[in-house]
Amino acid sequence: MTDPVLAPQARELAAPGPVAAATAARQREVVDALGGVLPAHALLWQPEDTVPYECDGLTAYRQRPLVVALPETEAQVAAVLAACHRLQVPVVARGAGTGLSGGAMPHALGVTLSLARFNRILKLDPLARTATVQCGVRNLAISEAAAPHGLYYAPDPSSQIACTIGGNVAENSGGVHCLKYGLTLHNVLRVRGFDAEGQAVEFGSEALDAPGLDLLAVMVGSEGMLAVATEITVRLVPRPRLARCIMASFDDIRKAGDAVAAVIAAGIIPAGLEMMDKPMTAAVEDFVHAGYDLAAEAILLCESDGTPEEVAEEIDRMLGVLAGAGATRMEVSKDEAQRLKFWSGRKNAFPASGRISPDYMCMDSTIPRKRLADILLAIQQMEKTYGLRCCNVFHAGDGNLHPLILFDANDPAELERCERFGADILETSVALGGTVTGEHGVGVEKLSSMCVQFSPAERAAMLALKHAFDPAGMLNPGKVIPTLQRCAEYGKMHVRKGLLPFPGLERF
Amino acid sequence: MADAALDALVDQVRDAATRQAALEIRGGGTKAFYGGAAVGEALDLRPLAGISCYEPSELVVTARAGTPLAELEATLAAQGQWLPFEPPRFADAAGRPAGTVGGMVACGLAGPGRASAGSVRDYVLGASLLDGRGQLLSFGGQVMKNVAGYDVARLLAGSLGALGVICEVSLKVLPQPVAGATLRFELDQARALQQLQRWGGQPLPITASAWWDGMLVLRLAGAAAAVQAACGALGGERIDDTLAGSFWQGLRDQRDEFFVGAARAVEGGATLWRLSVPQTAPPLPLSGEQLVEWGGAQRWLCTSTPAAQLRDAAAAVGGHATLFRGHDKTPGVFAPLSPALERVHRRLKDAYDPARVFNRGRLYPWM
Repeated sequence: MTDPVLAPQARELAAPGPVAAATAARQREVVDALGGVLPAHALLWQPEDTVPYECDGLTAYRQRPLVVALPETEAQVAAVLAACHRLQVPVVARGAGTGLSGGAMPHALGVTLSLARFNRILKLDPLARTATVQCGVRNLAISEAAAPHGLYYAPDPSSQIACTIGGNVAENSGGVHCLKYGLTLHNVLRVRGFDAEGQAVEFGSEALDAPGLDLLAVMVGSEGMLAVATEITVRLVPRPRLARCIMASFDDIRKAGDAVAAVIAAGIIPAGLEMMDKPMTAAVEDFVHAGYDLAAEAILLCESDGTPEEVAEEIDRMLGVLAGAGATRMEVSKDEAQRLKFWSGRKNAFPASGRISPDYMCMDSTIPRKRLADILLAIQQMEKTYGLRCCNVFHAGDGNLHPLILFDANDPAELERCERFGADILETSVALGGTVTGEHGVGVEKLSSMCVQFSPAERAAMLALKHAFDPAGMLNPGKVIPTLQRCAEYGKMHVRKGLLPFPGLERF
Repeated sequence: MADAALDALVDQVRDAATRQAALEIRGGGTKAFYGGAAVGEALDLRPLAGISCYEPSELVVTARAGTPLAELEATLAAQGQWLPFEPPRFADAAGRPAGTVGGMVACGLAGPGRASAGSVRDYVLGASLLDGRGQLLSFGGQVMKNVAGYDVARLLAGSLGALGVICEVSLKVLPQPVAGATLRFELDQARALQQLQRWGGQPLPITASAWWDGMLVLRLAGAAAAVQAACGALGGERIDDTLAGSFWQGLRDQRDEFFVGAARAVEGGATLWRLSVPQTAPPLPLSGEQLVEWGGAQRWLCTSTPAAQLRDAAAAVGGHATLFRGHDKTPGVFAPLSPALERVHRRLKDAYDPARVFNRGRLYPWM
């Protein structure tokens, strides 16, 4: 807990002493400065007002911010940023607070910049198939607004009812359809925002490319560390005329993993390809009563969408491949109601886990598809090692795992075992050729695991990129890139990838 | 052997950095025309070649920068897969399609499939970069979803070597479509653009379009049933598959009639511009031959109109103009950046290539 971002500031604020006095003085200074650029109702600093902002969707880590600013106009955002830059106050941008890695966790001596009031759809152009929206517009609200035109916004993270497009840009959010339709990155054309000094800046354009380096590609997924996005132009796609889903059971996890590879190898890109293991299936069936096969070791949901002709052709091919891979039971959705029922369990995996355990921690690593069975079997072994249960849901089509480790946060020993269990999953994923986070982001949660995935020189290069956008390091400091000291304390070896090993080359 | 190739590159870069000497990163030399004029000693990437890893069921291929693009495409085709962004395959001075994987990523150019399938950047999953200090850095990975750290690998697509040498790259690949058809419609530019927008909003398997000289050509691809149904719904004149195939290949590799004519005009002093604009931009009132691709989003213009007028016209509709081929590059190849973005570019260059070893002036004169 040596990072400033995780400092136990809440306690310091409560306790009398020189630190608390200094913090209070700093708070006064920041409130005074921001009071000059924001109306009174847009500025919160009393503890009872800032407590709701102390964490995002990763509730295990909490920190009250010094001040919460709720600007209503771009001019106010610019002014807040400029004032904070002048005072050298860290700024943490925040959308709906649904992030799962602590990316929006406040800074103890920083301003949380809530963009909740930027909730207007500015322009929806059905001919261009684009929507220009403010950053606080909810993901699903874009698709709802586009629906009368037969269009929708494709990336659909499970939190899409609540999460905002600004947060999606920060995290490069995925969803269950991204194998076919891409991630946030592939569906965003343009981001307008403000840099750390409060200067307006625009990445991408309404054309398909922009001159110079493709900075939009790094802005998306940068977890609020490069600039504050206020306005986003997204690509809309025609809603497919039909979608049908196959639910297939397997009596062996390895067979289910091989079936996933077989579908892809057959040249099929399913609209969705998801997997649940037996414990997860039991938990969700108890919650949604969708008629899942409780005897199956693994269940695959395999979806086809497109024109009716296309879907009929593809479903036939999928059934053939799944049967060949040893599916013990297969059912094809007959209508939209049944299709949604098939999905209801998968979409409710998180709340269903919440019903069977006081707490759960959701991991998010990605592995090459062919290693699905290997990681599952490794996780089964870890359940014994750490004495905790784990349910597994996967975006199997793109190898993105969401193991849900069940634990009781009131038991410090269990929380500690859970954290080690989670780190073990992440590091095993890296060793299998994968990555520590597929779609939830690094935030504060996976800082240590970044030490395993990237070398000191690579982390330094990422930090240099941050400083190219934000030389003073004011935007969301302490997230994503671990310090050298943290990695040294974590003490685990960096797992090499890519071109190495090469003789004669320095190791960093 | 390949390890020796990498070691040699590292040595050459470190040596150049010590001397503050300029290096021109070079693959097959097929895109030397693109960007600012090359300066410095050649850093030849061709010895660093070979497909490091390819597993069709993972939809991922990893190849070293010097791997001939033709070799990569043949390897993918043998498994029924391809690069859906259809990178152009230019010829070298001897007329051979000598382009490399590294050059393809560094230039970031895509062909007819761009509007429907995405850009080079959209398919980059990971890359190894040799920076200006001679450090080998690896970003991204070989999996579809990866948000660990900043997406530096994707930033390299289209970077023209400004940040360093792309040594190895992992790309997402896709199965080739099962069926295809090409339709032709006689339409003027304004009506062609309107029609493309109308069709674009419908769930039709349109994967490419090209308008030139009163003729709109449309490519459909996907499941056989879907292509069949769309042909019925769209009308137009169906073009023989062989003829259509060579048309799209020619367009992709810029060997077709429009580009041959443009090359001749460029010899005569004209300039070939690439205007990247919103798809809904109206026909641009500019003199010269125009070829419209990407559903209206890419407009090729061969003209002698002054650069400033073209840049203004593109900017007025929300786009930008690139001086793609021409002898006089004094107006700058790429549209100027806003001060805020230029600052970030300069700082990135300082961070990744402090001695300004790589591809000086290729992207912007000041980079």
